[in-house]
Amino acid sequence: MRIALFITCVNDTLFPDTGRAVVRLLERLGHEVVFPEDQTCCGQMHYNTGYRRPATRLAVRFVKTFEGADAVVVPSGSCAAMIRDNYPRLGAGGSRLSRKVAGLAPRVYDLTEFLVDVLGVTDVGAYYPHKVAYHPTCHGLRMLGLGDRPYRLLRAVRGLELVELEGATECCGFGGTFAVKNGDVSSAMGADKARHAVETGAEVLCAVDNSCLMHIGGILSRQRSGMRVAHIAEILASTEKGGSAGPAPDDAPAAKEAVTR
Amino acid sequence: MSATFLGIPPFPEAARAAVDDSRTRHNLRRATHTIRDKRASVVGELNDDWQLLRAEGAAVKEHTLRHLDRYLEQLEESVTRAGGRVHWAADAEEANAIVTRLVKATGETDVVKVKSMATQEIELNNALAEAGITAYETDLAELIVQLGDDLPSHILVPAIHLGRAQIREIFLDQMAEWGTPAPPGLTDDPRALAEAARLHLRERFLRTRTAISGANFAVADSGTLVVLESEGNGRMCLTLPQTLISVVGIEKIVPTWSDLEVFMQLLPRSSTGERMNPYTSTWTGVTPGDGPQEFHLVLLDNGRTDVLADTVGRQALRCIRCSACLNTCPVYERTGGHAYGSVYPGPIGAILTPQLRGMSSAVDEALPYASSLCGACYEVCPVAIDIPEVLVHLREEVSAGRGHLGEKALMAGAEAVFSSSRALGAAQRAAGLGRNLVPGHLPGTAGEWTDTRDVPDVPAESFRSWWNKRGKGQR
Repeated sequence: MRIALFITCVNDTLFPDTGRAVVRLLERLGHEVVFPEDQTCCGQMHYNTGYRRPATRLAVRFVKTFEGADAVVVPSGSCAAMIRDNYPRLGAGGSRLSRKVAGLAPRVYDLTEFLVDVLGVTDVGAYYPHKVAYHPTCHGLRMLGLGDRPYRLLRAVRGLELVELEGATECCGFGGTFAVKNGDVSSAMGADKARHAVETGAEVLCAVDNSCLMHIGGILSRQRSGMRVAHIAEILASTEKGGSAGPAPDDAPAAKEAVTR
Repeated sequence: MSATFLGIPPFPEAARAAVDDSRTRHNLRRATHTIRDKRASVVGELNDDWQLLRAEGAAVKEHTLRHLDRYLEQLEESVTRAGGRVHWAADAEEANAIVTRLVKATGETDVVKVKSMATQEIELNNALAEAGITAYETDLAELIVQLGDDLPSHILVPAIHLGRAQIREIFLDQMAEWGTPAPPGLTDDPRALAEAARLHLRERFLRTRTAISGANFAVADSGTLVVLESEGNGRMCLTLPQTLISVVGIEKIVPTWSDLEVFMQLLPRSSTGERMNPYTSTWTGVTPGDGPQEFHLVLLDNGRTDVLADTVGRQALRCIRCSACLNTCPVYERTGGHAYGSVYPGPIGAILTPQLRGMSSAVDEALPYASSLCGACYEVCPVAIDIPEVLVHLREEVSAGRGHLGEKALMAGAEAVFSSSRALGAAQRAAGLGRNLVPGHLPGTAGEWTDTRDVPDVPAESFRSWWNKRGKGQR
């Protein structure tokens, strides 16, 4: 199957390891990955902050870039939800954009949905000998309805011990521009999420969204907790031969600091 | 003169203080999680039926709002036929003037009150006080708030921010000022506190001849008003006095008596986490020799028809004031209700308050942003109000207005970067080159991030750049 990758602007710029992991994983499963080069951003930040017109222009751009694709895979529940749930709200009924969105949106998938629903795999042949907790990020959980798909994928990973996260379905407090517009509340929510994560005793907290992980991970790092975060793609791409699991625990900023002290 | 929401700063600033208050945070976490869990369990036991009920509740409300003009006239007619009198109030001032005039006509200077959001919204107690009339709150939590000269912080449990030790102190300090004093040696045992309130209120119920209430529902075809409560104090007020004045928002209408069936299931399960509501009082006009002999219905607009004109925002008027969205909201859990600067706090308040008040202040403009858009509120709403959708819609209204220049510039800059893959690639290369120059603590708004969070390491190479090189290598 020929799969168009929508990497998302955040992953493209800040988390290329996640993108590399998605490519490695899908190619390992025998599929061809293409990267339409005109892609930039889905417009979620603009839309959620109340800037509808720029968001609409970015939606038009996305549709133009991806309309020929059989399937679009997005390693972000939040961006996939922006396209599937919010794009239909952007174009007026019967407009060119709304017609095109109606055609394209059903072919846009979060990575975990794509693996389980379209490719029909839960065991992707991964090996990841670590204790892991999964945080179901809000838009994947409530807008896409990912349900137990990520858990099924993680449970099938050899060597991986999946532990339960208390208060898992509670928002981590990232919320895009909310994180700076209401920094105090965002941090309070993030601190509680980080505390629950640390209490699991897991080495790694994973999710389908790097933006949420950047927030929780930023707190875990500031607290020198020794716990790290990883996108689920990086775990699923890992094999016995190694993989892109991000930095090893020894390279985490907290560990670095402890050594240099 | 009791406390008022005037003077509470915009949400981010008010929230900062609230987040730092560990006692309130503790009280709120405990209380919201308890109700949240109870709700989840009684909603869960209905399985798929719940979604059908929810769709039905939304449909009844939506239909009523579409034909509100017709149902309001029908309600006026049926209430009048049953011996009640109907008054129309365009805004808070008019409503307060009507109620004050009606109370004065009874010759009374004391009134008892049933818990009511509409009368809180119009700050009726203050208006009555100015006219020399004392309004006594009889709902336990409203009583605590009134005795403590505090503000309500929750729709269902106005004193949710207080722990029982604080309530004991308020009772000991203030009850004597208002009537029957608290018994000496009062402990903070919930039963003892409830008993003190019971003694304090009982004497008031027996003495007072005029009562003021709101209503959860007003049935257009029969003219029946409905109040749901848990304590029985409401029923005392609704049955013992001679005169009853009910202030009801125009969106509280349901077309027929049988429509109540849906809401009698939705509301208790969403609100208190009970299968059935403990005290449900209904009355239709007046009944000779039974209950109040004079009944006035004050129908309150106060911004509601303006909300109706907004095709996205008007779904907020479906709200049945259950508080499920407050109890599940991670933001409300950490800030409490006062930070929202309105009697309607939490997610529903963040969309209702700015619409009712017409986005008229910095407080109103900040409210649509008081959410991470996590969607938990929409998930639990028994009438399926898509609160995140309305929040974003209201943010659009704010960003279209004047000011917010810094943010507008940032958004325009971001759009320019995203307007072509070439521009994005250039920005990424610049970020890659400057990656080691990113300080641990950023200035300005970005400092809101680095105050509590580390910034991720900027990679030397973007995904796009890696992909392009890889393609060349493979070819």
